[in-house]
Amino acid sequence: MSTLTRPAGAATDAPVRRTFPRRTGRRGAYKGLLFLLPFLIGFLLTYVVPIGYAFSQSLHEKKSSGIGFGPTKTVYAGLANFSAILSDSTFWTGVLRTLLFGAAQITVMLGISLLLALLLDGVAARAVRFFRAGLLIPYVIPGVVSTLIWLFLYSPTASPIVDLADRAGTSVTFFGGLNTYLSLGNLLTWQGIGFNMILISASLQALPRELYEAARLDGAKEWRIAWSIKVPNITGILVLTGMFSLIGRLQLFTEPLFLRYVAPESISTDFTPMLEIFDRAFKTGDYQYAAAESLVLAVVTGILAFVFYRVTNRKMS
Amino acid sequence: MSAVSSGGGVRPTRRAVALTTGLLIVFLLYSLAPTWFLLVASTKNQTDLYSTFGLWFSADHLADNFRAIWDYHDGVFGRWILNSVLYSTIGAAGSTLISLAAGYGLAKYDFRGRGALFGVIVGASLLPSTLLAFPLYLVFADIHLTNTVWAVLIPYFINPFGVYLGKVYADSSVPAELMEAARIDGASETRIFLSVALRLMRTGGITIFMLDFVNIWNNFFLPLFMLNGERSFPVTLGLFSWVQQAQTSRDMNTLVLTGSLLSIIPLAVFMFALQKYWRSGILMGSLK
Repeated sequence: MSTLTRPAGAATDAPVRRTFPRRTGRRGAYKGLLFLLPFLIGFLLTYVVPIGYAFSQSLHEKKSSGIGFGPTKTVYAGLANFSAILSDSTFWTGVLRTLLFGAAQITVMLGISLLLALLLDGVAARAVRFFRAGLLIPYVIPGVVSTLIWLFLYSPTASPIVDLADRAGTSVTFFGGLNTYLSLGNLLTWQGIGFNMILISASLQALPRELYEAARLDGAKEWRIAWSIKVPNITGILVLTGMFSLIGRLQLFTEPLFLRYVAPESISTDFTPMLEIFDRAFKTGDYQYAAAESLVLAVVTGILAFVFYRVTNRKMS
Repeated sequence: MSAVSSGGGVRPTRRAVALTTGLLIVFLLYSLAPTWFLLVASTKNQTDLYSTFGLWFSADHLADNFRAIWDYHDGVFGRWILNSVLYSTIGAAGSTLISLAAGYGLAKYDFRGRGALFGVIVGASLLPSTLLAFPLYLVFADIHLTNTVWAVLIPYFINPFGVYLGKVYADSSVPAELMEAARIDGASETRIFLSVALRLMRTGGITIFMLDFVNIWNNFFLPLFMLNGERSFPVTLGLFSWVQQAQTSRDMNTLVLTGSLLSIIPLAVFMFALQKYWRSGILMGSLK
């Protein structure tokens, strides 16, 4: 944080430059900070202060002064909230749930995206444009809307899937036990495959042709070339994408929040850490604990990002 | 090996082509069917929504649904769309300018602590914005900014990833010699930025604007924390409020569906208009 406040302070001194107008190098340097000034002020207000404030809040707790309806006051509580979180099994279950679920869902999603990208690599150019446009439609649809669509597709009364299953003489349920995860996973996969396909396509196209031209001349089959040459060469980007997606999954919120409306008994208010924080803050009104949970989640995210960064760096080099 | 004996050489066999196309079509249908469902469902009334097959039309009630949306709370839906357009346009424009200026400052001027500052910015860009929403809410509630447009606009303005992109673009598209030449001509540093550098960084600027616009349009989390009054909602939050009401009154469902369809249109138009920048935008966005 100190690295931030220093340049911001230096930048406010910028008008003083008139005292040494001849030293162009220095003047340039201060001007540079002037360009950063709007961002730095905003950064202070939207990153540094909120994190600091959340930290100070998290060191407090509410105590009601009477029984029941007496006014509550906020008192200093030290690290009590943090030690409570460390042994809060619902919070950690949520963290573990999002990570395990995310790992499985992301693997499937990237697998499909990879398959699609490889398939597109093998069809005529005009067809590529057609398929790519169609497969990208879910990406264009806002996350809230695609969640709403699937909300209806999963609803027992309005869903054409249920309708079709009925006609076929079977029945489908979308929630309860493993089905909850499959339904949520399907929604996230539907949203993500087009985008990731484009990403993988781009790295496939960046591969030098000589890499597989020889194999092709030798008569190797396309699927063989794909599996033994193309895929191993883009594993790096796949791992990287997967890891960053996993960090995103840790913040999973909107989709389960909406799905709760059709399946409140399958998706609890503490289903993911962010749902738990939201519930704690705005339903229970325990800002202090919610602030502490936000910070702990930020630290978990940071650790994950750091570990992934180290792992991928080693892989790349 | 058999490809050679079949005489095709490097050409894929007919069966392979059929399999490839078949698989692609399956996933194409998977991608399109839910959108098709939305399209069909928006034309139905409440009864047909539950009693007719979801993937095909029945009696057309699209106009009725539009009217129902328009009549709801004095056309508040139109207000939501307008809010989304305003938040996205102003938020993305502000963030693009701030990011380009900051990126340019980082790329072109050598000051003490520059490396450390850049490190902090890259680190912050990795922090998911959802994580910050609650701490932001605490601060903004304390200074009585929640429930105002500033509660969403100010956080939208500050985008560390945009600064990172701004630096990348400034590094690659603004030559130092050109800046030096302008300096010799007597142009001030601000002038150089405004009339030389900004023009050179235009493509980068449009890409940042586009990514920001789409992100803000789709954002649900921050408005959910910050905004309380129905008339200040962006369309994502408005639709959510309808979903909540649909729990108690079922006829909200047609509103939810038709409203969802309507809410896609402005974004689709925007993306179509900027399709030239789209591919590079996706690849840039994925760096995050």
